[in-house]
Amino acid sequence: MNIHEYQAKGLFKEAGIPVPEGRVALSVEEAVAAFEELDAPIVAVKAQVHVGGRGKAGGVKLARSVDEVREHASNILGMDIKGHTVHRLWIEKGSDIQREAYLSVILDRADKSIGFIASADGGMDIEEVAEKTPERILRFGSIDYSFPEEAAKDAAAKLFDGDGVDGVLDVMRKLFQLFIDKDLQLAEINPLVLTGSGEVIALDGKMTIDDNALMRQAELEELRDMNEENPAEIEAAEKGLAFIQLDGDIGCMVNGAGLAMATLDMIKIHGGEPANFLDVGGSSNPEKVVNAFKLILAGGKVKSVLINIFGGITRCDDIARGILKAFETMDISVPVVVRLTGTNAEEGKALLEGSSLIPASSFSEAVRKTIELGKGEAA
Amino acid sequence: MSILIDQDTKVIVQGITGRDGSFHASQMIEYGTNIVGGVTPGKGGQEVHGKPVFHSVQDAKDAVGVDATVIYVPAKFAKGAVQEAIDADIPLIICITEGVPVNDMVGLYHQVKAKGLTLIGPNCPGLISPGKSKIGIMPGMICIPGSVGVISRSGTLTYEIVHALTGLNIGQSTCVGIGGDPIVGSNFRDVLALFEKDPDTEAVVLVGEIGGDEEEKTAEYIKEHISKPCFAYIVGASAPEGRRMGHAGAIVSGNAGTAASKQKAFSEAGVPVAKTLDEMAELVAKQFQ
Repeated sequence: MNIHEYQAKGLFKEAGIPVPEGRVALSVEEAVAAFEELDAPIVAVKAQVHVGGRGKAGGVKLARSVDEVREHASNILGMDIKGHTVHRLWIEKGSDIQREAYLSVILDRADKSIGFIASADGGMDIEEVAEKTPERILRFGSIDYSFPEEAAKDAAAKLFDGDGVDGVLDVMRKLFQLFIDKDLQLAEINPLVLTGSGEVIALDGKMTIDDNALMRQAELEELRDMNEENPAEIEAAEKGLAFIQLDGDIGCMVNGAGLAMATLDMIKIHGGEPANFLDVGGSSNPEKVVNAFKLILAGGKVKSVLINIFGGITRCDDIARGILKAFETMDISVPVVVRLTGTNAEEGKALLEGSSLIPASSFSEAVRKTIELGKGEAA
Repeated sequence: MSILIDQDTKVIVQGITGRDGSFHASQMIEYGTNIVGGVTPGKGGQEVHGKPVFHSVQDAKDAVGVDATVIYVPAKFAKGAVQEAIDADIPLIICITEGVPVNDMVGLYHQVKAKGLTLIGPNCPGLISPGKSKIGIMPGMICIPGSVGVISRSGTLTYEIVHALTGLNIGQSTCVGIGGDPIVGSNFRDVLALFEKDPDTEAVVLVGEIGGDEEEKTAEYIKEHISKPCFAYIVGASAPEGRRMGHAGAIVSGNAGTAASKQKAFSEAGVPVAKTLDEMAELVAKQFQ
């Protein structure tokens, strides 16, 4: 789960990492009030959306007067940045920026460690820095949750050419602890700034929380911004289904994430476009199948549905019961192709006999039939 | 022969009194797995399916001897359960549990390696040596004994490929589901090294997916260290960038972790890459003609 810059900065502040003072604003009036409260000669008006490149898109502006705050706030609110509509602003006191660096803590999949990435090149796209000047990137990490003191000291001395070392080291230590305490997968400060008075502050903040850890980080769940999420996907998650909306017109219901991905690939190979990714999971609860149908058919653009089940823990007869229940309780007018293999497949097929469902004996046959029926062709 | 497990492997079930643990314990016993007991803290002294339940892994080890343990506890208890198995020096630890916080795995991974133990999973279907033993949740009836090793990041795709192989009368030595999480205890390379040494494995099938760079590293590893024929299939070519496709580890970030990158790496290492599961089974069949 991603959170907004201002929320990340709130967590930074709690952890003792210096951040500029600011206020959230949901309207132009609130932005003006924030400016007046902050009582600063200059403020930054920053769009709060879960996407990078806000500055380039015009979503970050400096303002020196009420009129300028009003102008920028009204321009930025409602702005579309890479498909994300701006609903919130962060109004923040301007900082006296002397130097900019990059600092992040990540879950390093390759080294299986909690890793630091640091660079004296701040405020830029770090992936670009890594590609063009890899020697300017410092990496070190921890495999036992203890702060990597020595490597951090070396890195801290390099970020601002020997200036602000204690400040940088303090931020590193606190960012590392925050990463562990909050079960993060990414905590990024870009740029980390050295001010004219020698203070080290986080001028931006980006944070990703491990979805698997939300069960023990209930207070972080409250930071979720529903404007940044697909409501159907959240609803699906609450019902134990993994669902992702896609652009095509072929609905999919599959058990297992791997087979669900393979099903999308197979539909594309055969020239179709999947409407969604949906993993019904390992449970055999017929109610799940009904919920899955509701998600797939919501929106009305789906022209045909493919149900692809390889029963392991999932029992095919339970899936079949769920399908029949969905047909009883819902108005399903698109063709539905069903392939059942594995545990209790024969029982499942027998249950569906005589219904309007279209059986398929193999994975590829099921995909072909679903695509043809979606085009209105006889399969 | 087979790798990691056979009919003699003594197995305990952590979480045996829970719904999933109990159900799969009975399935494993039915398959012929040598289940010697189970562990649920506070429920020692009970019996489940005629097998003794112990308070702790150490108690079980002292009483009946343990070669392998399989973990079915809920995600929030998984770290503690794996830790207990590590502390008791159980040589093979299989964690079926899905949804384990990734940061929990960092410390566990390195402890397992430091002690020379083997961890499979988490978020995996376990493993099976057909006709001998199965540990985990794989449906035993789709497997037949033979000489193809199977390694997969996905549970259901393991079933699909095994089903396709069995359909062509190609048996399997051992099938290992390594798990779909960003950090898993054993990767493709760890399991490949075992298959390379196993005299009864003649070829290895790899089912990879988008996310991370494990498949790319595996391709390099095969070039250097593996003499047996390998075949690869990568799922997730059609996945949109930045989305977690069900498995926590299945995510494309920028140009990293794409199916195309992984397919290219295998092709360059001389490993045939199948576009579909059926094609993969056919490639293996040709090898054995």
